[in-house]
Amino acid sequence: MSAVLDVSKLMTSFPAGKKRVPVLADVTFSLAAGRCLALVGESGSGKSMTALSILRLVPRPGQIDAGSVTLSGRDLLTLPVPEMRSVRGREIAMIFQEPMTSLNPVVSVGEQVVEAIVLHEKVSKQAARERSVELFRRVGIPDPGARVHSFPHQLSGGLKQRVMIAMALALRPRVLLADEPTTALDVTVQAQILELLRELQAESETAILLITHDFGVVNQLADDIAVMYAGRIVESGSRTAILESPSHPYTRGLLAALPGRARAGERLQEIPGRMPAPADVPVGCPFAPRCPEAIADCGAWTARLTKLDKREVACLRREEAGGAS
Amino acid sequence: MLAYIVRRLAYGVLVVLGVLLFLFMLFFAITSPDDIARKSVGEKAPPRVIEQWKHVHGYDRPLWPGPDHMTDNLFVDHFRRMLTLDLGKSDADSVPIARRIREGAGPSLLLTVPMFALGLLLGIGVSLFVALFRESYIDRAGVLVSVLLMSIPMLLYIIFGQFLLSKVLRWFPLSGFDDDPVVVGRFLALPVLIAVASSLGSSVRFYRTVFVEEIYKDYVRTARAKGAGELHVLRDHVLRNALIPILTDVVMTIPFLFTGSLLLEAAFGIPGLGSMVVDAINANDFSTLRAMVFLGSLLFIVGQVLTDISYTIVDPRIRLE
Amino acid sequence: MTKVAVLLAAPGLFEQAAFGNAIVLGVLALAAVAGFYCAKNEIWRQALGEVFRRRKLSVLVLGIYVLLALADSISWVGGGEAGADAVQAHEARSLVDRWFEGTTEKSYSAPLGVAEFYDKTPLQRPRAHLLGTNILGQDVLYMTVKGARVALLIGGLTSLIAIPLALFFGLVAGYFGGRIDDIVFFVMSTLASMPGILLLIALIMVLGQSTFSVCMALGVTSWVSFCRLARGETMKLRELDYVAAARALGASHAAILWRHILPNLLHLVVISFVLLFSSLVLAEATLSWLGIGVRGSWGNMIAQAKDELSRDPIIWWNVTAAGVAVFVLLLCVNRIGDALRDVLDPRTLGEGR
Repeated sequence: MSAVLDVSKLMTSFPAGKKRVPVLADVTFSLAAGRCLALVGESGSGKSMTALSILRLVPRPGQIDAGSVTLSGRDLLTLPVPEMRSVRGREIAMIFQEPMTSLNPVVSVGEQVVEAIVLHEKVSKQAARERSVELFRRVGIPDPGARVHSFPHQLSGGLKQRVMIAMALALRPRVLLADEPTTALDVTVQAQILELLRELQAESETAILLITHDFGVVNQLADDIAVMYAGRIVESGSRTAILESPSHPYTRGLLAALPGRARAGERLQEIPGRMPAPADVPVGCPFAPRCPEAIADCGAWTARLTKLDKREVACLRREEAGGAS
Repeated sequence: MLAYIVRRLAYGVLVVLGVLLFLFMLFFAITSPDDIARKSVGEKAPPRVIEQWKHVHGYDRPLWPGPDHMTDNLFVDHFRRMLTLDLGKSDADSVPIARRIREGAGPSLLLTVPMFALGLLLGIGVSLFVALFRESYIDRAGVLVSVLLMSIPMLLYIIFGQFLLSKVLRWFPLSGFDDDPVVVGRFLALPVLIAVASSLGSSVRFYRTVFVEEIYKDYVRTARAKGAGELHVLRDHVLRNALIPILTDVVMTIPFLFTGSLLLEAAFGIPGLGSMVVDAINANDFSTLRAMVFLGSLLFIVGQVLTDISYTIVDPRIRLE
Repeated sequence: MTKVAVLLAAPGLFEQAAFGNAIVLGVLALAAVAGFYCAKNEIWRQALGEVFRRRKLSVLVLGIYVLLALADSISWVGGGEAGADAVQAHEARSLVDRWFEGTTEKSYSAPLGVAEFYDKTPLQRPRAHLLGTNILGQDVLYMTVKGARVALLIGGLTSLIAIPLALFFGLVAGYFGGRIDDIVFFVMSTLASMPGILLLIALIMVLGQSTFSVCMALGVTSWVSFCRLARGETMKLRELDYVAAARALGASHAAILWRHILPNLLHLVVISFVLLFSSLVLAEATLSWLGIGVRGSWGNMIAQAKDELSRDPIIWWNVTAAGVAVFVLLLCVNRIGDALRDVLDPRTLGEGR
């Protein structure tokens, strides 16, 4: 299984006063064709920023400082802008968390899918419209022929998200970035959308980067997991490996905090403290102040991912222990 | 949708009645017909002269409805006449006001329509340009210049405009008007120029804010993620949405194209409705002023209903309730 | 009714220096109290500090205007040069008046000139008039400085009338809804439908041309937009969960309005106050041009001076001095208003580090 997308040492920062504050530091992972990597973490850990950085859509005044994003051999970060634009939507597509605000309210949903097609392929508007009806059918929107003329405010959240998916997959991209696609939806609709994504992925071998903070979603769709904390990847590996035997203290804390893991009558476990804001990330291991296993050296250690025990983990204690967990 | 428009119109009628009541209180109760008469014929005029004046101008009836004059009083009269658009005669020279309005509307429109069209085009054009380069030096310079332009009172624009462009450079005539529609262009050029310059600042500020707010919205991010370039995003996404708030602004101004600009008409000798109002001030002509305020209200309400209608056309969220 | 109007228009009482002084000092005192309150409140202190940081120059210049207005508002009777005429001895003269005492020439003179402009007789105080003198021989710098107090009076007094009124009605209409809202909304609609400038002119013609009448008229025409804003915001705030929670805990309407709703409207009050000030000064300039403005304002100076530009040789210093004074004031106020709007955006206010 070759990697379709290789992200290596990605660094993105925002200005704060006269300094620059990093929001992504040394982010490294790969996406393989036909597999889904779940990028997991709390709000503010940098998950969305990672996806935006891949597409070079980091909002001003932020900027990508270093690293590489390789799509089948080409480094996207060095592409001239017109070429990057042809990558967006065609080779890498993205769907967003809030379908309510992510669709243009004054244009019909059908026209918005047509736009996605026409931006990259020289087809007639008519042909594009026919394709959009077909796409609507494929993503499970009932009565697609009529629905293409609807406006976003006339559709439910689930339907809007299906429209987003149709728009994203119109050109059969090799990579799909899904930023919390189900967070704004009801639980039942959530399951349907995830099922849809699973089907579509199987059909077209698309690699999916699934951004989420919900382990339930991870369970339903992910093949691999990468855990993010304060702008860094702290652990990554296959889903079974991470969920069954988490290595990094943060990952362990996260999983222990899940209500499903608690026994009846027991207090829910929590990780004391809060994840630091990008400007307040301490030197050394970012998790050290809250880590139950931290030692003095952790404060001076430069965080890096080490390969051990069927995964990669960024922890001094694990490194020193050589993989025994 | 039709029901909504009808409801708005009905409320508009109510507001018109409210305006008439307000005008009556202001012009007949707080100021009495005696005061108005005195302003015309002099403070020290003998009662006989005052009564004579009041009789000529139709003010010599009781103010409020009473037991034996339920309809023959100023209160009922005021409502009846205004609602039938019988605007009466000027307190200053007894010329029928309606006639004056008809004569003055043309020149006012000749001034305000070019002013409006040019101001709109320039305003939107400049703010689109500035929005395209947001957060850059062009943007900051544009905002600063707009604030600068906004901080100069229209007065100064007129004075210095006339001085510089008319007296010193002799590019335009100082003031005046002509009935010939071609010749009059020379006389209107300077006031239109000044008007556009003075309103450019606040227009650009407003439109720029609208554009920039739209640019930061989520659906624009989606469009970019689909591979759209900046120009495409501006044209097909931002502009279409930004036009909705801009439209309110624009449609509301249309009715006021008739009432003209007081300062400009007076300064440039344009015989429009604005000049008429200025003359009314100088002559203490209360009835003309009353009529103009009423007319303004009517136009405003018409403007509001037009705005509502335009909303339903342009915004599918409202059209498809 | 007529008697009320007569009272309102009576120049005697309200043209007294004491009234104007009291207003200016009152407005400044209010600002000081507000500033004191802000210094203690964390969010406001950060916000205002940020505004000051971004607009140091504008705030400084505005401060100079305020100081000049203050100086012109501290006045008392008596003292001064011996031999001053009988009328002057009984009038209250301010610090500014006393500073410029005795600087009156006969008529026009150019800035730093040595002789009268038209008939060339030597001046009493050659080279002493930085900006020249006007048609009455008064030092133009003196007249310009005095305009600061008038501008503050117009902006301050009118806002003092308009904003609390608008706030009260907006709050009440937005919070209680129903009949009260219907009435307030109807009054707002009626007033808003009359073109501002025409209504202003009509009011002044009826109420008279004293400073107080002009301010009343300006107040009546400008309270509607803020009232609408306050009403809209209150209606939104009323629906918030913590208001419902407060009611469930048994808080009275007054307590909720005072503790929960009003503090969340304050940023709008500040921004609207600043923007209103700007539009009021502009409106007064228009009124002056039409001949019904406030005596002694810069608008007045500009209006009087417009004929001077058509003389030969031209007299430019009067209109330029007043024009620059107005422009700089409005520029500073607009710049500060912009910065306030950016900083006091509820999104940034609510973040709380």
